[in-house]
Amino acid sequence: MQSSVSIKDLSLNFGAVQVLKGLDLEVGQGEFIVLLGPSGCGKSTLLNCIAGLLEVSGGQIFIGGKNVTWSEPKDRGIGMVFQSYALYPQMSVERNLSFGLRVAGMPRDEIERRVARAAEILQIQPLLQRKPANLSGGQRQRVAIGRALVRDVDVFLFDEPLSNLDAKLRSDLRVEIKRLHQRLKNTMIYVTHDQIEALTLADRIAIMRGGEIQQLADPHTIYNKPVNLYVAGFIGSPSMNFLQGTLNGATQPMFVAEDGTQVPVSTYAFEAAPQGSSKAVLGVRPEHIVLGDVARTMPFSTEVEIEIVEPMGSDTLAWTRIAGQPVTFRADSDVLLHVGQKVLVGFDPARGSIFDAQSTNRL
Amino acid sequence: MASIAATIEPFGPRPRPFFTPTRIIIYGIIIVAALYYMLPLYVMITTSLKGLPEIRVGNIFAPPLEVTFEPWVKAWTSACTGLTCNGLAPGFWNSVKITLPSTIVSVFVAAVSGYALVNWRFKGSEFFFTCLLLGSFIPYQVMLYPMVMITAQLKIFGTLWAVILVHTVFGMPILTLLFRNYFASLPQELFKAARVDGAGFWRIFFQIMAPMSLPIFAVAIILQVTGIWNDFLFGVVFAGTQNYPMTVQLNNIVNSAQGVREYNVNMAATILTAAVPLIVYFVSGKWFVRGIAAGAVKG
Repeated sequence: MQSSVSIKDLSLNFGAVQVLKGLDLEVGQGEFIVLLGPSGCGKSTLLNCIAGLLEVSGGQIFIGGKNVTWSEPKDRGIGMVFQSYALYPQMSVERNLSFGLRVAGMPRDEIERRVARAAEILQIQPLLQRKPANLSGGQRQRVAIGRALVRDVDVFLFDEPLSNLDAKLRSDLRVEIKRLHQRLKNTMIYVTHDQIEALTLADRIAIMRGGEIQQLADPHTIYNKPVNLYVAGFIGSPSMNFLQGTLNGATQPMFVAEDGTQVPVSTYAFEAAPQGSSKAVLGVRPEHIVLGDVARTMPFSTEVEIEIVEPMGSDTLAWTRIAGQPVTFRADSDVLLHVGQKVLVGFDPARGSIFDAQSTNRL
Repeated sequence: MASIAATIEPFGPRPRPFFTPTRIIIYGIIIVAALYYMLPLYVMITTSLKGLPEIRVGNIFAPPLEVTFEPWVKAWTSACTGLTCNGLAPGFWNSVKITLPSTIVSVFVAAVSGYALVNWRFKGSEFFFTCLLLGSFIPYQVMLYPMVMITAQLKIFGTLWAVILVHTVFGMPILTLLFRNYFASLPQELFKAARVDGAGFWRIFFQIMAPMSLPIFAVAIILQVTGIWNDFLFGVVFAGTQNYPMTVQLNNIVNSAQGVREYNVNMAATILTAAVPLIVYFVSGKWFVRGIAAGAVKG
């Protein structure tokens, strides 16, 4: 795959604070990359560097094979959509869309053609003469996307575009952005702190923390094979259960929880066969814990007492303890659970993750 | 009362009687304060409409028995301001010639500086801003003599240009602060969006920032028009005798040492001089409050 945006050893310092630390990222042509992380992890900063709105302290940025490290934002072949929409309040929607083109001195008929096309794609033709103040949040964000669209660029940058919208509108526009990507096939780099947005939209997700990319992989890999404890805990809601214990490496590797409970982990695909015995963390997602008779067929099963029940509608979340450590699991909403009930639960460590307690890396 | 309250079932809006102790106190204080501030104006207007014999009777609060506009005409056209006796009219036009360009130049320069300080951070911009902050606390009389030397070196001392320059320079700290804070309250993403759209320094200022900042421009213009119009010191020092503003002329009329003290003419001249700032406040009061509020509160 040809590389569309390529970031090489990028670093950025604000005074003594290192915001980005020697970051490398290759984004393929037409790929949808999501930068995901908590606030302050440097994801928006990275996007601003790609856009040319922040001067980098070191490294290089290539867009479409061209070194744009020193280029002005307008010369980088990018369009950007902001969280607060950033529409020019005194201009009508049409003039908002055409502003960049007018600045570039484009002929009038070409401007009209492009504005009409963007308005058609985003279904905002009836709004063209309105001012941004007379638009709803969803309509404003559509116009903001349109402003990037008319520039006819290869790379779209989204800076948390849906964060200001309510839940319903957010999921509507999310689908629309996905549809837009499938239609235009542009490269898109999308910043968010919402993992649902990341998992649903991305071809690949880059999980960021403290100015570094922790893991860059497709959503399935990120979800099922997180490279370290941080990624494992960050992705998934409710989050992954972690059991503290010791991993005994042998022909039959065994995870021993702190209270002595033994979990056979021979089905688990280790990166390297475990040697000796070391402190480890066993991670199991709530939906991978099964309930009832099926649990008996699992490599590990035990009887637990239910402490809290949270019905979510589509399913039910139950809180309990395995090996004395708090654990949540998901059950079908038709299974009626109540507090104090004793149930049999089990899981297959093959679907879980084992991390080294010291380095926090996946084993 | 207790029995009534018990018999009437509360329903709908709570009844609010007009005469409560709180209201009486509030209105009482407001009315007294208003009278206190209006009284001098009343004395000025009545005195300016009286003839001199009537003033000599000495009852300054009495309304005029015989209304005359003679003092107003004299104040405008023929009162003596030093050696010449042309009234306030030339001073009025001098003040206009000083106020208009000074306001325009100072507001424009301050707006651009504030915009640059917020959106185009340059090396030392924080230091520059600190200097400006300090500048707004230093009484400008301290810098009067250096300014005289500078304008003399520039060979503009004693001309309108000198006054305009001085007003622009001394208006900078407070105005730049005003604009900086306002621009800082506008969303930064708007500026970023304009940069991605390819707009440069001036285009972003004129097409994006300035149209969004009309309230703060109104505040700055009001501050400058009233401030420069009311200025006496810079006018008398820098303008030169040909260009004395209205305030200086007024002083010359009121403080003239020879002849009879014409209180009615003095009062009329004072009201005429104060009329411009008063009208500005009356016309733009709403804008002024809105702008101040917009500067203080985000959004």
